[in-house]
Amino acid sequence: MRSGVEVRLEDLRRQYGSVVALDGLSLTLASGELVALLGPSGCGKTTALRLLAGLEEANSGRVVVDGEDVTGRPASRRDVGMVFQAYSLFPHMTAWQNVAFGLQMRKVGAAERKKRAGEMLELVGLSGFANRYAHQMSGGQQQRVALARALAIRPKVLLLDEPLSALDAKVRSRLRDEIRRVQLEVGITTLFVTHDQEEALAIADRVGVMQAGRLEQLGPPTLVYSRPATPFVASFVGLTNRLPGTVRGNEVEVRGTRLPLVQPGGADGPAVALVRPEAVTVASEGPSAAGPLLGTVIATAFLGATSRVTVDLGDVTVLAQLPTSEASSFTAGTRVRLVLRPDPVLIARENDAAPSPA
Amino acid sequence: MAAVAAPRRGMSVVRARRLKLKVFRWTVFILLGAFFLVPIGAMFEFSTRGVGEAAPRTLAAFVTIGQYPDLVGAIVNSLELAALTSIAMLLLLVPTMIWVKLRLSSISRTVEFICLLPLTIPAIVLVAGLGPIYLWMALNISDSILTLAFAYLILVLPYTYRALYAGLAAIDVKTLSEAARGLGAGWGTVMWRVIAPNMSGALLNAALLSVAVVLGEFTIANLLNYVNLQVEVAQLGRANAAVSIAVAVASLLFVFVLLVLLSFVGRSRRMREAQ
Repeated sequence: MRSGVEVRLEDLRRQYGSVVALDGLSLTLASGELVALLGPSGCGKTTALRLLAGLEEANSGRVVVDGEDVTGRPASRRDVGMVFQAYSLFPHMTAWQNVAFGLQMRKVGAAERKKRAGEMLELVGLSGFANRYAHQMSGGQQQRVALARALAIRPKVLLLDEPLSALDAKVRSRLRDEIRRVQLEVGITTLFVTHDQEEALAIADRVGVMQAGRLEQLGPPTLVYSRPATPFVASFVGLTNRLPGTVRGNEVEVRGTRLPLVQPGGADGPAVALVRPEAVTVASEGPSAAGPLLGTVIATAFLGATSRVTVDLGDVTVLAQLPTSEASSFTAGTRVRLVLRPDPVLIARENDAAPSPA
Repeated sequence: MAAVAAPRRGMSVVRARRLKLKVFRWTVFILLGAFFLVPIGAMFEFSTRGVGEAAPRTLAAFVTIGQYPDLVGAIVNSLELAALTSIAMLLLLVPTMIWVKLRLSSISRTVEFICLLPLTIPAIVLVAGLGPIYLWMALNISDSILTLAFAYLILVLPYTYRALYAGLAAIDVKTLSEAARGLGAGWGTVMWRVIAPNMSGALLNAALLSVAVVLGEFTIANLLNYVNLQVEVAQLGRANAAVSIAVAVASLLFVFVLLVLLSFVGRSRRMREAQ
C-alpha cells in the first residue's frame, strides 16, 4: 500500500525512582521493518515501546520518526498506531465505530470514514463483524479489530505491546501470522514487544533481546538463535545446556569433545560451554560401557514432531532434542552415549550469572 | 421402588428448603416494606383528611401547594441546588478520580479519606465552620441560596465517591485512555467520549444520590438561614400541617420516581448489552 518510515530511538533513558527501566537504548528501525523486542518482564521492552508511543516521557534521549524529532510530543499527536495486551476496544462502540474513532479525531469526513473503516475491517478479515460490540467477539477477533483501529489512522509506526499474550495457543499462532501478513501488506514500520521467543523469532525481520534496560543483541532471528552474542541471549532464546569445559585457543574442550568457539580470542582456562539441545545426539549403549559422555536417561518429553530427552551424566544433566521417532527408544533408565555436534558454541566464564527466562 | 423414592425424597427436601427461604425472604421484604411505607402511608392519610368530622378524603392539600409562593420558591431553590450540586460534583470528582487513578495512584488513599470524611462530621459542626465563610460570602460576593451548593458539594462527596469508584473499578481506565490518546484524542475527548459513556450507570447513580441528599437537606440550610424545601416544609408545618405533610410526601415520591427511572435506565442498558 505504501512504504514505511525510518524510526530511531537514540540513547533513551528512563528511570522510576531508583529503578532504571531503560539504560541508554539506541535502536533504528528501517522503513517497513518489523523489529521484535524480546526479553524477560522488567527488561525495559515495554518502556521502550511506551516512550515511542508518547505514553511516557524519557529522562534523556530522542525519538526520531521519519526524520522528525517527536520526543516532546504527546501521544495524541504522534501518528502512532498501537495494539495493547489488554483488550482495549471501547466497550460502548461497535467494531466499526471503534475503527472509525481515530478518523473522527482526525476530522475525516463521514463518507470517507465509513469507507476506510470498512476497508480496514476487511483487511483483518472481519467485514461481517462491523456492528458487533467487543463483548460479542472472541479475544482474537477483538485484537484484530484493535489492529484495524490502529491502522485506520494510517500511522507512521505500528506498536504492538504483547498483543497475543491474552489469547490461547492456537489463536495466538494464527493471529501472529495474520499480523505479519497485514504488516507486510501495509508496509508499515513496526515495533513488536513480547516475552515469547517463539513469537519474536517467527515473524520479526530483526529481533532485539533486552535485559536490564539494555539491548543485548539485535539481529535477524536465525543469527540471534544460532550465534547469540552473550550468554544471556543464549539462555533466553531457546534452551541451552551449560557444560563445564576448558578453553584452548579457538576451541573449548567439553568432556573429551572439542567444539569451535563463536567468539575466539579469550584467555585459555576453565569456562562453561553453552550447547543447544539440538546439537546433542543420543545413541544407545550397553550397560557396562564407560566414558565422559555416557549417562542415563531421566525423562523424555514428547513435544510433537520432536522430543526432549534429559540425560544424567553424573555431575550434570543434559537436554537433547531429537526427532520423536528416534527418541521413542530412549525411555527413562536407558544407558546412552551423547555426541556433541561440533557447532560453534558460546562460552560463559564462571562469574556470568545464568538468567532465568520469564 | 426404593431407588425411585430416594431421589424423590431428596427433591422434596430441596423443595422444602427453597420454600423456607422464600418465606423468609418475603417476611423480611414485607417487614422492611412496612417499616418504610407505614410512615409514608400515615403522612398520606393525614394530608388527605378533610376538614371537620366525617369529611370526605380530599387532595386539597396537594392542590394548594401551588398557592404558597414561598413554598414554590423553596421547591425551585431546592431543585436548582440539586441540579447545581450534581453537576458541580461530577465536574469536580470524575476528572479528579480518573486523574488519580491514572497518574497519582499513590494519593488515592488520601483522596478516599478526604471524600469519606464528611460522613463523620455532623452537619452542625460543619455549619460552625462554614458559618463565618458564608457570612463573608453574603457580604462580599452573593447571599443567594445557590451558594449553598458549595456546602452541599462537601455533603454529597462520600456517597458519590463510592458510586463513582465502583464505576471506575469496572473498566480498564488506563488502557482505554491510552488507546484513545494514541488515536489522537485529547484529555477532554478521552473523558467525555470514552470514559464517561462506559461508566454512565455510575454517573447517574452519583447524580441521583446527590439529588436525594440535597432535596432532603435541612440542618445546614436552616442554621445558615436559607429557606430550602425542607426548611419551608418545617415552617409551613406550624401554620398548615396538611400542606406541609403533602409537600413532604410529594418530595419523597419525586425521589422515588427518580430512583425507579434510574433502575430502568440501568436495566435497559444491561439488556441491550446482553443481546
